[in-house]
Amino acid sequence: MAPFYKFGFFGEQTSFVIALLIGISFGFWLERAGFGYSRKLALQFYFRDMTVLKVMFTAIIVAMVGLLYFSLFGWLDLSKVYVNPTYLGAMVVGGLILGVGFAIGGYCPGTSMVGAITGRIDGMVFLLGALFGMLVFGELFPGFEEFFNSGAMGHITLPQFFGVSSGPIALAAVLMAVGMFIGGEWLEKKFAKEEV
Amino acid sequence: MKEQKYWSPYVSGIGLGLTLLLAFVMVGRGLGASGAMMRFDVWILNLFAPQHAASNPYFARYAQSPLSNWLVFEAIGVLIGGFLSGALGGRLKLAIGKGPQISNRNRLILAFVGGSIMGIGARLARGCTSGLALTGGATLSLGGWVFMFAVFAGAYATAWFVRKQWI
Repeated sequence: MAPFYKFGFFGEQTSFVIALLIGISFGFWLERAGFGYSRKLALQFYFRDMTVLKVMFTAIIVAMVGLLYFSLFGWLDLSKVYVNPTYLGAMVVGGLILGVGFAIGGYCPGTSMVGAITGRIDGMVFLLGALFGMLVFGELFPGFEEFFNSGAMGHITLPQFFGVSSGPIALAAVLMAVGMFIGGEWLEKKFAKEEV
Repeated sequence: MKEQKYWSPYVSGIGLGLTLLLAFVMVGRGLGASGAMMRFDVWILNLFAPQHAASNPYFARYAQSPLSNWLVFEAIGVLIGGFLSGALGGRLKLAIGKGPQISNRNRLILAFVGGSIMGIGARLARGCTSGLALTGGATLSLGGWVFMFAVFAGAYATAWFVRKQWI
C-alpha cells in the first residue's frame, strides 16, 4: 500500500534517488509552463498572463483528486501522507511578505532555480537574494521565535477545520478552480497585450 | 535551435499535478524548493562558521548533515529537469527577464531585493509556493490554503508599485 516509503518498500537511500527523479519531472514541467521566465510569472499580477494561476490550480486539483481517489479504493493510506502543519499568524504574514517578494523579484524559489539554470541572469541574482534573505532570517530568528510559532494548530486540514468530510471540500476546490480558469481566460482576453 | 512556444498551462499543470501525486504515492510527502535552499545556506555556514551555525537556534535545526535530505536531492533534480526542458525547447540563453521600460541594472537590483524579501517570507511561513501552497493545497492543509491566498494578496498589492519593471 502507498505511500510506499512509509510502508517500508524501500529505504532512505532509494528515496533520495526517487527524489532526484521526481525533481527532474518537477523542473521539467515548471520550465515547460514558462516558469523559467520572470516576466511571464509577474504578468500574472497585472491580469495579462494568468499562467501561474492556471498551472497551479490544475496541479493542485489533479494531485488532490488523485490522493482522494487512491485512498477511496484503499490503495493509499492518507493518514501517512504529510500534511503541512498550520501556524496561522506566521503563515499569513510570511505569505504576504513572500507575495511582495514575488511581485518585486519576479520568481518564487523553485522557479528561480529553473530560471537560473536556463540562463536567466535575473533568476541567478534572485536566487542569491533568496539565499541571503534566508540567512538574514536565521540571524534575526531569536527575536521573533515566538511569532514564528504563533497560531499553531497542528496538521489540520480544511475538512477537519470545517467539520465536514473531504468530498464536499474537494468539490468546492474543483469548482473554485474551474471558476478561476474561466475568469483567468476572460481576464487574459481583456488585458493581454501580447503573447509572452 | 529555434525557440519553441511554452506548452499549454493546463497540460503543464496536469504534468505538475501528476508529479506531485507521484511524490505522495512513493514517499508520502510533496514537493519543495525553499527548504533545500535553506539547507544549502547552512552547509555554507558549516564550512566557514560551524560554531555560529550550531549556536543559532534556527540554523541548528539543519546543522547536522544539511545536504543529506530528500528535498536537496529533489532540488538537484529540479535543476536537471529545468535544464533538459529548456534545452529541448531551444530556450537556453543568457538573458534578463523584464519589461521594456526598466534598465538591466535596475532589474537586477530588484531581483536581488525581491529574492531577499522572499527568502525571509518563505522561512517565516515554513515553505514557499511549492512546499506549502502547492503541496499543502493538494493535501487540503488549512495553512497551505491560507498561505496561498496571502501570497496572491501580497503580490497583487505590490504590483502597482513595480509596474514599470514588468509592463
